[in-house]
Order: sequence, then C-alpha cells, then structure tokens
Amino acid sequence: MSTANSLPFWWRSIGQRLTILLAGVAAVLAILSWWTVTSFAREAAEQTQDNVLVASATTIAEALHSEQGTILLELPYSAFAMLDAIGQDRVFYRVSAGGETLTGYDDLAEPVNPVGRPGAATVRTMDYRGDTVRAVTVQRTVLAGQQPVPVLVTVAQTRTGVQAIGAELSQTAAGLSVSLFIVAVGLGAFAAGNALQPLNSFAQAVSRRGPSDLRPLRRQVPAELSPLLIALNRLMERLGHSIRRSEEFIVEAAHRVRTPLATVRVQAELALHTVEKEEEKQMLRRIIRAVDESSRSASQLLDHATVSFRADTLAQDHVDLAELATRVSDGLAPTADMKDIAIILNCKGPADVRGDAILLESALRNVLDNSIKYSPAETAIDVTLDRMDDRYWRLTVRDHGRGFSAPCLPDLTARFQRGTNVDQVVGSGLGLTIAKEVLDAHGGRIELTTPDDGEGACVSLILPAA
Amino acid sequence: MRFLLVEDNEELGAAVIARLSLDGHAVDLATTLAEAEEWLAIAQYDLMLLDVMLPDGDGREFLRKTRTVERLPVIVLTARSQVSDRVDTLDLGADDYITKPFDFGELEARCRAVLRRRGTPTPALIPLGTALFDPSGGTLLQNGDTKPLRNRELRLLEVFARNKGQILSKTQLLDRLFPQDAEVSENAIEVYVGRLRKRLQEAGVEIETVRGIGYRMTWP
Repeated sequence: MSTANSLPFWWRSIGQRLTILLAGVAAVLAILSWWTVTSFAREAAEQTQDNVLVASATTIAEALHSEQGTILLELPYSAFAMLDAIGQDRVFYRVSAGGETLTGYDDLAEPVNPVGRPGAATVRTMDYRGDTVRAVTVQRTVLAGQQPVPVLVTVAQTRTGVQAIGAELSQTAAGLSVSLFIVAVGLGAFAAGNALQPLNSFAQAVSRRGPSDLRPLRRQVPAELSPLLIALNRLMERLGHSIRRSEEFIVEAAHRVRTPLATVRVQAELALHTVEKEEEKQMLRRIIRAVDESSRSASQLLDHATVSFRADTLAQDHVDLAELATRVSDGLAPTADMKDIAIILNCKGPADVRGDAILLESALRNVLDNSIKYSPAETAIDVTLDRMDDRYWRLTVRDHGRGFSAPCLPDLTARFQRGTNVDQVVGSGLGLTIAKEVLDAHGGRIELTTPDDGEGACVSLILPAA
Repeated sequence: MRFLLVEDNEELGAAVIARLSLDGHAVDLATTLAEAEEWLAIAQYDLMLLDVMLPDGDGREFLRKTRTVERLPVIVLTARSQVSDRVDTLDLGADDYITKPFDFGELEARCRAVLRRRGTPTPALIPLGTALFDPSGGTLLQNGDTKPLRNRELRLLEVFARNKGQILSKTQLLDRLFPQDAEVSENAIEVYVGRLRKRLQEAGVEIETVRGIGYRMTWP
C-alpha cells in the first residue's frame, strides 16, 4: 500500500500504534513494580538488620550490672548468636561508660548525642575499618554505688549479607517484571487486534461490494465507527445522485437533439415524395445523409462516454456470449434485412465470460453494425463463436464487404479514424474504438484481419473465459 | 394497417403520420399518455408506436401498465441509444425499439417483423392473379405453397400491388427500395424488377417496362 508507506511511521497502522502504546505502558508499569519491590525488599532487609542490632545491643545493655560501685558486664552469647542469622558478616561492639571503653573495640565511633530514652536506639551507617557498617547504640544508666553512670552499648555489623539479600530480591523482582512485561505486550497486541476487529470487518464489508454498488451500507457498527458509516453512506448517496444526474442529462440531451433531427428527416423524406426534379431530390438526400451522420455521431459519442464511464467501474456479471450474440443479431436483423443481408449465427453456448453485459453488447453491436453498413446488398455476415484456446473465447464477425485496406489496418481502432475506402458510407469512426475500449477493459482484445480468401473483413472479439 | 402514434412533439408526429399515410396506413396521434389511453379505449389498432419521454409520464411506466391488459404490439420510439435502455424497454414488454431519427423503411421492416413474430392475424391478403400476396407476413402464396420474399422484393411488390395498372417511375421505386441516405443508380431497380417478374410469371402477373418512364404491373 503506497499510501500507507508515505505516512509517518506513527500513522501507518492503528494496530501497531495501539500495540506500541500498550507495550510502553506495560514497560513503565514493569519498571515501577521492579523498583518498588526492590526498594521494599532492601528496606525490609535493613529493617530486619536494625531490629536485630537493637535487640543485640539491648541484650548487652541489660546484662550490665554493678557491684560495689563497679560496672560489670558478662557478654551474653545470645547477643551475638542472633546476629549470625543475617549472614556471614563481621560484628563489632563497644561498651563504654562516660567515654571510657569497658570492653570491645575502642575505635568504634559513638554518637555524639545518643538518644537517652530507655528502649530507644541511635542507628547510623558509617565507615569502620574500610567497611560500611550499620551501628546501633543504646544507652543505659547504671547505678555505680550511688552514682548513676550512663553506659553506651554500640553494636555494629558489616552489610554484605543485607546487600546480598537485596540484590537477590531485586533480581527475582526483575525477572518477574520482565515476564509481566512480555505477558502485557502479548495481551496488548491481542487487545489492539480485538479492538480493531469491527474496523476490519467494516473495511471488508466495504471492499467486498461491487464497484458500482452504491446502495447505503446497512450495518450495526460500534459508536466510534458510526460517523464514518454515516459519512460513507452520504458520500455514496451523493455519488449515486451525481451519476444519476449525468445519466439523466445524457438522456435528456439525446432527446433534445434527436427529436428535431427526426422531424427534419421525416420532413425531408416526405418532400422527397413530392418533388419531381432530380437536383431537388439530390438535395433532400444530402439532408437525410447529414441528419443520419449527426445522429450516428451523437449516439456513438454518448456510447463512448458510457463505455469510458462504465469501464472505470467494471461490473462482473456472468455473460453468455452465445446468448449475447443471438440477442444483438436479432436486434440488428431488420437493419440487415433492409439490404437483404443475412446474418448467419453459428454460436453454441454456453460461453461464459465475466464483465459488463451492457458494454459487451455495445461492442458487438458496433462491430456488427459496421459490417452491415459496409456490406453490399444480398450478402451474408457470419457471426461465429469458438473457443480459441483454453483461456479465450473468440467471437468473429465476418462480412463480404469491401474489407479493410491493408495499410490502415492498425489505425482503425483509433478514435475518429476511418478507413481510406469508406466512400459514401455514413460513419463517425468511433465504432471500432468503442469495441476496442470495451475489450481492453475486459482483458481481451480485438483483431482485425482480412479473411484467407481475401474477400470482406473479419473482426474478432477475444475475451477471457470465465 | 392502423397505428396509434404516441409522440409529444407535434411536428414530428404530424410528419410521421403524413409519411405513414403515403403507404396507406391509418394513424391516430396522441400527444400525452392520457390521450393515448382514450384512443386505446375507443379504437382497435394493429400496432402502437410509443415515445418513452412524454410530458405526463414515462412511456415505460405506461408500457408496464398497459401490458397487463392489452396484447397490442408496441414499438418504442426513443432518443436514447444506450443498450441498457433497450434492454429495459424490451423487458417491460415492448416488442421492438427504434432510435430517433429513423428510416421509414427500417421502421416498416421492424413493424412487419413484430407482427410476424406476434402472429397477429393478417389484416389483408392481396390477390395477384392466381397468387395471394401477404404484405405483412412477407410471403407469396402460390399453388398451396408459401414462398417467403426477400425484403427488397417484398417492398417493391407492395408498391406495385397497391398501384395496379399505374405507371411507376424508377425514382419512385428507388425511394421505396433503398434507404434515403444511399446513393444508388437507377439500374439497380432493374435487378429487382427482373426477379419479381420471374416469381410472378406463373400467377399471370406482368410487369411491363414503359420506356423512358418506368414500370407498370398488371394482372387479370
């Protein structure tokens, strides 16, 4: 589709556009969900570590007691055992009273303003001996003798385990998000296809119609399509209307032109019966000839216009060539009879072709009419139908008239082109052109030949079999 | 024969009537469909010539209506030449179709063909000696044998038969025989006269050459 390709990518396909949009939304949601899960997981892991650290520090703080003014501490094993649960992280501790380290690592920094409330803890993240550690400090006041002494218990732990848990959870979340994204894209494509289904079936309904079918489309469509349906029906109505108008105009024009011509012709014929002098008779005959010529031209011009118009929107009726040939021959028989010309039909049907019956009839009528015109009285015209090969039917009109003058044979189907040997015969030069255009429109061709015995003319209409 | 001509153009109508009268036909003219219906109610016709575009309606509509009642043969006169219209008209029950402007010879040929096809009882047989001439059927009955006449022989014989004993000039006969637009020499007539002589010899009909003037047909 060349029209679609010249559009910017974004406008080329509604389906693609919808799919891409839905995929974009899915991607944003997936990233968001991954980020949420990851940060929650990390926070949860950190919270767990903090809680354990607080519990550990509190346990140590609770083990503090004093005896005779001396602060004593027996480090409870459980305080460190619970920290093992987090992972293989190193643990540091320091217990200090009034800035003096009682036990532990005395370079482990303590908060400047520790929270003094009982049960509360100061939590920090800091660097210690080249590692990032999480440190918790609780404060407990111990009575040393009568003197209350604030004791700080700090427990710190490296964060490798927490980070590992965070990374693992983040990876799992990423996997989940990717699968979510893939499923969402699939669903999006399906949804886009599904949403466009009414549009597609609507387009099919329109394209299935014959080219000349201008009846309004009666269809239940979704609300979004109904403006399109209404616009389309209006367009078809207007188109049908304008076609009808131009057809009516053609008919009206023909009527207006031909009726006075008919009057002139009849008057001239009448006068021909009353005048005596040969010169006067000649004059009247010339009038009649001129009338015939103009009426013939008018009808062939109209025929030609009809052909051009209908060929653009070629109907696809089943047409039996044998039946068509019989009908056209019957119609022209009285005309042929005037010159005692016999039309000999040799057409056995059925010979089905696909196309516009009116155009095909017009083509054959023009060819046969030509033959009658150019044939001398008391001759025969053969109309023969045969199967040329496995693809084509051939309808041949052969007369015993003056034939074609060989040099102008290829030009005869050109518009307004007449043979060089037409003499006095009335003609417009459109007959064969009409036939040729009809045949061209049907994927066939017209062949003008001189029969083997050299007498008369042979016109073959070759049409693809249905 | 008696025709009903339905044609709204009065000039054309009058001229057609004058021309048909020359051949001895009786014609009534109706310029509207309503008038046509009135004529049909009071007279018997052999054939109706109907224009399809009339001031008070479409002739085809009229055709559809009258077809159900009448069995009158109809030839449609039309200014249209599109094949589709022809098919339309014939589908509606017209017997034939002729496009304006038309040649009277052709109109007559079509009328004859229609009457023959419809098997309408022959209006009149003309006795020619021992033979009977059927102008509408286009045949010659002789010794119980029906012999068809070719179109030109028939038309020539018609003129002679209607003008017993009168001298007919070559030009008069030519006008009768050939379409008005054809250039033909007067000698062409001799061929057809010769043929008629041969056909009618047995019946005792004579076609006599009147030197310098024309021909005269006589029979007992």
